[in-house]
Amino acid sequence: MADEVVVLDFWASPFAMRVKLALSEKGITYECKPQDLLNKGPLLLQANPVHKKIPVLIHNGRSICESLIIVRYIDEVWTHVSPLLPSDPYQRSQALFWADYIEKQVYDLGKRVYVAQEDQAEAKEKLIQCLKTLETELGDKPYFGGDGIGFVDVALLPFTTWFYTYERSGNFSIQESCPKLIAWVERCRQKQSVSDALPHPHKIYDFYLLFKEALGVK
Amino acid sequence: MASNDAEVKVLGTWSSPFVMRARIALNIKSVNHEFLQERLWEGKSQLLLNSNPVHKKVPVLIHGHHTICESLIIVQYIDEVWSSAPSILPSEPHERATARFWAAYLDDKWFPSMRAIGMAEGEDARRAAIGQVEEGLVLLEEEFGECSKGGPFFGGDRIGYLDIAFGCFLGWLRVTEKMSGIRLLNETNTPRLLKWAHGFCSDDAVKDVMPETEKLAEFAKMIKGRVKGATPRT
Repeated sequence: MADEVVVLDFWASPFAMRVKLALSEKGITYECKPQDLLNKGPLLLQANPVHKKIPVLIHNGRSICESLIIVRYIDEVWTHVSPLLPSDPYQRSQALFWADYIEKQVYDLGKRVYVAQEDQAEAKEKLIQCLKTLETELGDKPYFGGDGIGFVDVALLPFTTWFYTYERSGNFSIQESCPKLIAWVERCRQKQSVSDALPHPHKIYDFYLLFKEALGVK
Repeated sequence: MASNDAEVKVLGTWSSPFVMRARIALNIKSVNHEFLQERLWEGKSQLLLNSNPVHKKVPVLIHGHHTICESLIIVQYIDEVWSSAPSILPSEPHERATARFWAAYLDDKWFPSMRAIGMAEGEDARRAAIGQVEEGLVLLEEEFGECSKGGPFFGGDRIGYLDIAFGCFLGWLRVTEKMSGIRLLNETNTPRLLKWAHGFCSDDAVKDVMPETEKLAEFAKMIKGRVKGATPRT
């Protein structure tokens, strides 16, 4: 029986992009169902009654919520193709640690930058520190996952589509502080699976300009 | 990779629910380990700062020359390394995802709202925080019904990932009940969880690491005195 894979999506959400990137890396066919986040429909409310948020993966009728949990699920179900997590338990724990670090830092700091309130300067500084820490973790590896895209790459790459927005709204350059990280972004973007799954940063910036109010920018 | 025979240590505090997760997981796997107690209020030890330079928090698991941080990541590491002992995570991917979902819910939403009860200023804020905790418990009561498959635990017949993720908060839940005068777990709204809590706390893997409510309540008063309104954040 063919697998039925559906993603409840919003194109600009970095969390949804993680799911699409994981599926794309594994070559899994899926149906994308964009959701209206200002007027949430019954499918979303039924699939994620606790948080009522995207992304949701619906696999053969069963829902999985929370982007990194979904990516782990994808990795465990389609285990034989393009593994995202290492097989060694210690290496896995390190990958999970860095994905968790990204989860705790990047979205909140980035938001504080583009919402542009009194704490913007502090948020910018902390964001740069965070990205520098990640750059150190990347080291000389081509990808966080080593020779290929891994769990940490999937966790972070979607936020890089928002870098241009952070830079424009905060008037700073991530390239200047983190050149190796930007080189990593460019290396990833050369891959078909990545360019298929991630929108262009300028499109994200256009979205930001159009929806400033809804995003909390005063 | 550190061999299963390499030394195992847990860096933590007796009062932290997150540290408890690591110790319960090791107990389930019957892994001998040393518990190194941090006295966080007296300043963090060099060992802690060296082993968790990013967050400087407990728990830290030291296994041979490896250090692993973040309680749920530690539990998963323990489950994978000592794989021949009773499993902690379910084997089926959707069940694993569900267990992880609820563990994340507990950490991101439920426990912060429980801490908010103690820190709330004003009756309205207190009632709102209590309401959120009670709502969460109803959701968990339902989830228990679905995933326990008639057994005494979320993991079925044995303690599993979600039991550990949730059960570690029972000490602080009891302190909150004592200080607020409200029975958060009760026969009316959460009969299954009430029974589960008793079973969890009596389990061999748990009973020696679950702090006594009285001791925890005294500790809560002491730190509230030192840092106004704070419960330990580790």
